[in-house]
Amino acid sequence: MSGQPIEILDSTGIKRALTRIAHEILERNRGTEDLVLVGIRTGGDYLAAELQKKIAEIEGVMVPLGTIDITMYRDDLGTRGNLTVGKTDIRFPLGEKQVVLVDDVLFTGRTIRAAMDALVDLGRPRTIQLAILIDRGHRELPIRPDYIGRNLPTSRGEQIEVEFDEHDVPQSVSLIK
Amino acid sequence: MNFQHKHILGIEHLSAEELTFILDTADSFKEINTRDIKKVPTLRGKTIVNLFFEASTRTRTSFEVAGKRLSADTINISASGSSVVKGETLEDTAKNIEAMHPDIIVMRHNASGACRYLAERLDCSVVNAGDGMHEHPSQALLDAFTIRQHKGKIAGLTVAIVGDITHSRVVRSNIYCLSRLGAKVRLAGPGTMLPPGIEKLGCEVHRNLEDAIRDADVVMMLRIQRERQGAPLIPSVREYSRYFGLNEDKLKLAKKDAIVMHPGPINRGVELSTAVADGPQNVILDQVENGVAVRMALLYLVAGGEQLQND
Repeated sequence: MSGQPIEILDSTGIKRALTRIAHEILERNRGTEDLVLVGIRTGGDYLAAELQKKIAEIEGVMVPLGTIDITMYRDDLGTRGNLTVGKTDIRFPLGEKQVVLVDDVLFTGRTIRAAMDALVDLGRPRTIQLAILIDRGHRELPIRPDYIGRNLPTSRGEQIEVEFDEHDVPQSVSLIK
Repeated sequence: MNFQHKHILGIEHLSAEELTFILDTADSFKEINTRDIKKVPTLRGKTIVNLFFEASTRTRTSFEVAGKRLSADTINISASGSSVVKGETLEDTAKNIEAMHPDIIVMRHNASGACRYLAERLDCSVVNAGDGMHEHPSQALLDAFTIRQHKGKIAGLTVAIVGDITHSRVVRSNIYCLSRLGAKVRLAGPGTMLPPGIEKLGCEVHRNLEDAIRDADVVMMLRIQRERQGAPLIPSVREYSRYFGLNEDKLKLAKKDAIVMHPGPINRGVELSTAVADGPQNVILDQVENGVAVRMALLYLVAGGEQLQND
């Protein structure tokens, strides 16, 4: 049973968080050289596209953008039934790139583990950094984000929902108890 | 959607929605085959046995490559190199293989229904790689995938299938698959190779190649299966080729952008003239390439479906 969703961030709040993350990414990587964004399907890919726009507004450069599907790399196949396998679409070499992996919610860290395995199968990036809109805690693996939109302490049973509009623009983040 | 089949024994029992789901899953796996590192860990620790009681190059290699790219351990057993030649029954052979705990057995057998027979007796998943004159589901799926790749859709297309309809398991699987996905299927072949009542499966039957391929979007030519025929059904290969072989002139009857398919192996100069077999409209090697992605999807889906049933 789920209760009433409580809104944590509205679209303006999400925009502000993404703008700050875009600045932090540029500061940390000293600009856009060798910088690429890879969003994790689905949710992270939309946020990565938003970050790409923000970075273009700030620096005037469209950094390469890719999406990655991690279903084939999950460690719980079989226990979850058949999950739909989405497409991985990365049309640029990853070798020696500064890769910023983007996802909407960071929870156990298992998705990120799978995404890193998927990335290194495609090439050898110089660094892999992690940008997250919501960090809700409860890590089961030693994984730490580099860029965080909002830290949100939750209990395990709660759910975080990120809503996107029909143009894949993030609209709200809600907590469902 | 939830795909809940432990076995893939034929297309007959799959819905249009499930068929589309398999094709979409294959579409996602296709990308792996173009990478530098053509391997994902999806089926790590799973064992797949390819049990082939009939000769096969394409299908067996394709299943083996598909399993390996998903990190499963694949083992090939062919009848000539197995205890079958020493007189062991199919069930005993299969039980002995099962004692080694494979997760999936991919089987080709010359008896129709052999895969179902095994599926009812074993705990592991069974994938039909062709059973007698019954079905060849992975071939039909890779055909549908290739048609969708070239035409962008399947619904509304006219597909002509020409050749030995009676002995072809590829045809039966293709009729189910294509008609379920909304295509119009036309069949043609010599009278001795057209089984009575086949039109009940929902296809048109023609007595000559020209009527079948006129304005077709897809022309699928079948091999004359000399190994499956007892008494000869055609007076001579030359006569067959003259009436039911596809050459450039006859192909002009089909739509200008029609594609030519063949499940292989081709008898050049019999069902396909060399000019057509190597011509710009042929997509035969695309079929082979897509076969790997389609079989990856099937192996992935039965490996997950099996767990679901045990839950």
